[in-house]
Amino acid sequence: MSGLRWRLDPGVRDRLLSIGFPLALIALWELAVRLQWLDERFFPAPSAVAVALWELTAKGDLLGKLWLLPGLIAAGDWSGIRKVFAEGHLWVSLFRIFSGFLVGVVPGIILGVIMGMNRTIRVALDPVVSAIYVLPKIAILPLVMLVFGIGEMSKVVIVAIASFFLVLINTTVGVRDIEPIFLEAGRNYGANHRQMFRHIIIPAALPIIFSGLRLSLGTSLIVIIAAEFVAANYGLGYLIWFSWQTLLTENMFAGLVVIMILGALFTSGLQALERRFMPWQREELPASVDGVDVRGTGAKC
Amino acid sequence: MAVKIEAQNLTKVYPSRNGPVIALSDFSLKVEDGEFVCIVGPSGCGKSTFLRILGGLVTPSSGRVELIPRDLRVPLQNIVFQEYAIFPWKTVLDNVAFGLEMRGVSRAKRHKTAREWIKKVGLAKFADAYPHQLSGGMKQRVSIARAFANDPEILLMDEPLGALDAQTRVVLQGELVRLWEASRKTVVYITHSIEESVLLGDRIVLMTAHPGTYKTEYAVPFARPRSFELTGAPEFARLSYAIWQELEVEVRRTMEQQS
Repeated sequence: MSGLRWRLDPGVRDRLLSIGFPLALIALWELAVRLQWLDERFFPAPSAVAVALWELTAKGDLLGKLWLLPGLIAAGDWSGIRKVFAEGHLWVSLFRIFSGFLVGVVPGIILGVIMGMNRTIRVALDPVVSAIYVLPKIAILPLVMLVFGIGEMSKVVIVAIASFFLVLINTTVGVRDIEPIFLEAGRNYGANHRQMFRHIIIPAALPIIFSGLRLSLGTSLIVIIAAEFVAANYGLGYLIWFSWQTLLTENMFAGLVVIMILGALFTSGLQALERRFMPWQREELPASVDGVDVRGTGAKC
Repeated sequence: MAVKIEAQNLTKVYPSRNGPVIALSDFSLKVEDGEFVCIVGPSGCGKSTFLRILGGLVTPSSGRVELIPRDLRVPLQNIVFQEYAIFPWKTVLDNVAFGLEMRGVSRAKRHKTAREWIKKVGLAKFADAYPHQLSGGMKQRVSIARAFANDPEILLMDEPLGALDAQTRVVLQGELVRLWEASRKTVVYITHSIEESVLLGDRIVLMTAHPGTYKTEYAVPFARPRSFELTGAPEFARLSYAIWQELEVEVRRTMEQQS
């Protein structure tokens, strides 16, 4: 009987564990609530959270009143279509995250490359960047709201600021740490400025630029939820905050579940982008060692 | 024969925290068109600095250097770097075609040329592989093919086989001799290895310990084509030993400087 556990293929065993253990935890949680070991006012049962999630979707809180779309599209009512999405907490948060992210990341990469390449600019900007970098971005939300008002603009701006500095610092480091021999090889083979950027500087710094993107997407999620706690009428952060104020804990947990799913999707989306843009980093066995094919033997990893 | 490279009184001084460091001191050398010159010297003697001056990557503090072009349609010089200088983000094919791409050669044409050179260095099966899938010896072949595919008049080789294990090194020395004898380009070859310089070179220039400068030189009398077989000949051993006796003084001086 005990032999069975060890005869399982290690891959299968890992998969069973990684799916089975969380499922067991959820079941335990459900049981604990049913047996009233846990207070369901604070920790609603997973089944109650699932029902809340379904109701939030069905009533149009989470994704907007999607069932109105066919009629609105047929009528060509664009402002009506926009309103459907503007009333879905998920879409509102996603829009804020992605527009802020884009607005922050593009100039962050550009300035990062410039700071990485140009010593004068780097020395001048470094203290300013480092000083702002250590500031928790949510701390400047009041200032941002003062300048940009309490509407959408201030949320996009706070996300943009948070992602800008993370990507900027990572890109600068990535460009500075390029092996000098790659730059020498580029110069010796006659690359002009544009070619140096496209063929050497950008690809060489790309792995670290991507880790900056990963960090700033995660930070964007944190910043937007926090901003929506205090200053919004829509968005996942608002959903959680409102549910707390009205003691609808199931809805609060439903919001948390949606955020977890978002986080996971962001991570796997970025991984897919990394594979697409950095095919040379793909984990593979070496095709051969000096002409001897070792593929599949697992030799010399 | 025509002079291809003329370096006169080259000196390179680098600033450092502990005052200026002389990397190369009053070094002069003439290389003829089609000649294979090896430069041998102890570590830190400035031989790499000299090569980088020739390659246009370092400007000399004083002195004059001239590389004389014959045909303006091909590049004047390219460096064969050590294996870790090939680009990890490019496939073997794009690495070898790199120089041609920088010169604006069309995709079809540069890939055709690159494939020919990839075949010549025995990597035909790996044209689409990325460097991390290759062994050290294979990467070094890519680095060599990258320079040959660009077809420069002068090849500058910076200890190209220095990072390889002894056996791979012997194989690649043989391949290098074969490729060079087919092209007869002007070569300046930096190496630590006396045997390698005697096997490959027409002429061997010895440099002194730091601050490095010209010490002496040897003509290598052996007929071409050459192969590894030559290393078994008594004349080969005699010449290698004679060079070592001169070099040993400099190597010991370098070790004393470092201790």
